Amino acid sequence: MSIAALRITKRFDDFVALDDVSVDVAKGSLTALLGPSGSGKSTLLRIVAGLESADAGSVVIDGVDVTGRPPQDRGVGFVFQHYAAFKHMTVHDNVAFGLKIRKRPKAEIADRVHRLLKLVQLEGLAKRYPSQLSGGQRQRMGLARALAIDPAVLLLDEPFGALDARVRAELREWLRRLHDETHTTTVIVTHDQEEAMDVADQVAVMSNGRIEQVGSPRSVYEEPANEFVMTFVGQAHRLGDTFVRPHDLEVTLEPNGATREVMIERVVHLGFDVRVELVDGVGERLSVQTTRDQAELLELAPRQIVYVRPTRHTTFS
Amino acid sequence: MTTFLLVVVVLPIAAVVWKSTGNGWSGFWEVVSSPQAVAALKLSVITATLAVLTTAVFGTIIAWVLVRDSFAGKSLVNAIIDLPFALPTIVAGLVIMALYGPRTPLDVTIGSFHFDADITFTRTAIYVALLFVTLPFVVRTVQPVLIELDRELEDAARSLGASGFTTFRRIVLPAILPGVLSGVAMAFARAIGEIGAIVLIAGNLPFKTEAASIHLFYRIEQDPEGAAAVAVVLLAISFGVLLGIGAVRWHVTRHERG
Amino acid sequence: MGRYGLRVVALGYLTLILIAPLAMMVWRTAEDLDGAWAAITAPDTIAAFELTLKVTTIAVVVNTVFGIICALLIVRGNVPGRGFLNAFVDLPLSLSPVIVGLALITLYGANGWLGWFQRHGHEIVFATPSIVLATIFVTLPFVVREVVPTLREIGTEQEQAAHTLGASGWQAFWRITLPSIRWAVVYGVVLTAARAIGEYGAVALVSGNIAGETQTATLRVEDAYQFSYGNYAPAYGIAFVLAATAILVLVAMLVLQPKGARH
Repeated sequence: MSIAALRITKRFDDFVALDDVSVDVAKGSLTALLGPSGSGKSTLLRIVAGLESADAGSVVIDGVDVTGRPPQDRGVGFVFQHYAAFKHMTVHDNVAFGLKIRKRPKAEIADRVHRLLKLVQLEGLAKRYPSQLSGGQRQRMGLARALAIDPAVLLLDEPFGALDARVRAELREWLRRLHDETHTTTVIVTHDQEEAMDVADQVAVMSNGRIEQVGSPRSVYEEPANEFVMTFVGQAHRLGDTFVRPHDLEVTLEPNGATREVMIERVVHLGFDVRVELVDGVGERLSVQTTRDQAELLELAPRQIVYVRPTRHTTFS
Repeated sequence: MTTFLLVVVVLPIAAVVWKSTGNGWSGFWEVVSSPQAVAALKLSVITATLAVLTTAVFGTIIAWVLVRDSFAGKSLVNAIIDLPFALPTIVAGLVIMALYGPRTPLDVTIGSFHFDADITFTRTAIYVALLFVTLPFVVRTVQPVLIELDRELEDAARSLGASGFTTFRRIVLPAILPGVLSGVAMAFARAIGEIGAIVLIAGNLPFKTEAASIHLFYRIEQDPEGAAAVAVVLLAISFGVLLGIGAVRWHVTRHERG
Repeated sequence: MGRYGLRVVALGYLTLILIAPLAMMVWRTAEDLDGAWAAITAPDTIAAFELTLKVTTIAVVVNTVFGIICALLIVRGNVPGRGFLNAFVDLPLSLSPVIVGLALITLYGANGWLGWFQRHGHEIVFATPSIVLATIFVTLPFVVREVVPTLREIGTEQEQAAHTLGASGWQAFWRITLPSIRWAVVYGVVLTAARAIGEYGAVALVSGNIAGETQTATLRVEDAYQFSYGNYAPAYGIAFVLAATAILVLVAMLVLQPKGARH
């Protein structure tokens, strides 16, 4: 199934959440809608799901125009940031809900739920209530529940946002593996750039109700379309009217014409990476990302004067 | 749904207001300024005010003890607070009469000192009955606020040199004041209109122990328009007091609105 | 005031106002159990209990349905005037029962705006229907007030999830909305029932107070007292039954609170 959002516009009173947005999601792919809060990514997802309606534009799922159809008629699975668990039902009944609505035979429901719980590693917790589960477990239940109805399309709205860092990383990896197995067309909304890069085949970067760029994680990072994308996806420093990534700054002990003179303020060891925080003659601050070996080689230390030069930079017209 | 509510709630009130105009403005005024009506209204307002003020003070103390103190049987005590809510008012009246009525055991004479807890046919009876009936209101509105109140604020005040009482006055009291005022408002509305708890114990002697609600009750038969007039005045008083308390509450919480 | 001082004051006040009088009443009832029992089992008393039960049941059912609908409208509806709805619902709480009774008589009495019924043999005032109406009126707010905060807290996410899983509006309501508010509803029902059983002022006015026919339990208590000629055992006896019911209500409230019902 592929999804196409065509020229979607949505306003909340005076605020324009989405401004003539169009995006295509290829069948079987995992696409991330990436952007800061207020960029419109959740709104777009909810419009695709039918939980909100657009003021203009249409949504097409696998060639069928579903604009105007309620969520129950769209065949989408939705996973909520705060789980939306049915608190008064057991884990088993939560996952079985969609199947019960569709009046599947009891044996089929029991079998499917059992297999899904195994898939999300919640077997044995079937009789528990959501309040007895951890956040990560609740979200896995949410995923199982959405998958139970065999959705044409799986939509996840900041699914790991409410979880702590380690659980987030685990579930991220797990989601990718799940997708590789099931190949369900999936769209995930996130403000976490690392998450998008890690998990998605395709990233759509959004800001202020518009799509800034769509592309593979690598192309979005290495060939950003504009200043926003470059500074949002990864870090970038502005030098004059060009932008440089911290790891594209070379540090030397001697000047050589194209370099700037800077003073080291701090050398931060982050394991393998080293971040060198610098300040230049006019008080502007920069940071360089380099390796542990390089830092040792150059014997970098605070208050030292060194010279930096971009090995790669990007200018936008 | 709004229409349904309008019909069920507003219509009856409107009917009363309309009825009160049955004898015209002069008729209205005549009834309302009649000595008996005035006495009844005065009695209701004064006893309600006194009772509510007493409840406010003791209710706050009780709420404080329930939240901050611990002793055997505390949860039982906490549960009984709701009894006046759950008990039929006429039963409440009888309950009070059991201890403070004609056959009270608290009737002692020592030499020339005589103490008799029988308060039937007195205004005190109304006061005590109202105390019973309004007990839960302030306690239940102050408790949640006290529970939420961050002890750290009080600790901070103490560490800065404030005494216990000053801490209470400057830190705790402002925080619980809105809760107290809410409770006071509800208690007053209840107290001024109470009938079941006082009808037996007060004796309903005109000009002495006849509260406005009783006065209304007996007036309805002979003079529905007059009764309606008194009712309108009672409503106006309630409404005015509630508005006043609301205004105080609004003023007190002005800093929290940012 | 030290901690013990406050405790003494608080407990002392409660004893004076609440505990001692209650204990006294139980004591007096126990003193003349035969008299009390005779009063409780008298035909007029049984009739009164039955009437109270009937009226309470109707009031509970009507106000539960009404209360849930109203709460949904207040929290989720898109109707203009929601704020008014909220305020009107609370109105019965601040009205004197006597005024409620007066209002009903004015409206439904033979000369009232809706007096048609009274004049044409469908007696409302001084008959059971007015008792039912009065009771419904005074118990109006309880279910609504309990359900509204719960609905606000739950939000609409669970229903949205249900829709994405294929549930229609009605299915989502039955399977998700109702179960998620059930304890708030139960708590509201308990409060409604307690208030309905305990109503006196409005009912005293509109019912005509005809023993055996339009006398509710609370009116019966008063009746037993007025005609007791100094022997209060009958009145205490019937009152005791009502007090015991109230205590049951308190226990129910205690038990239900931890289940997420709000106070």
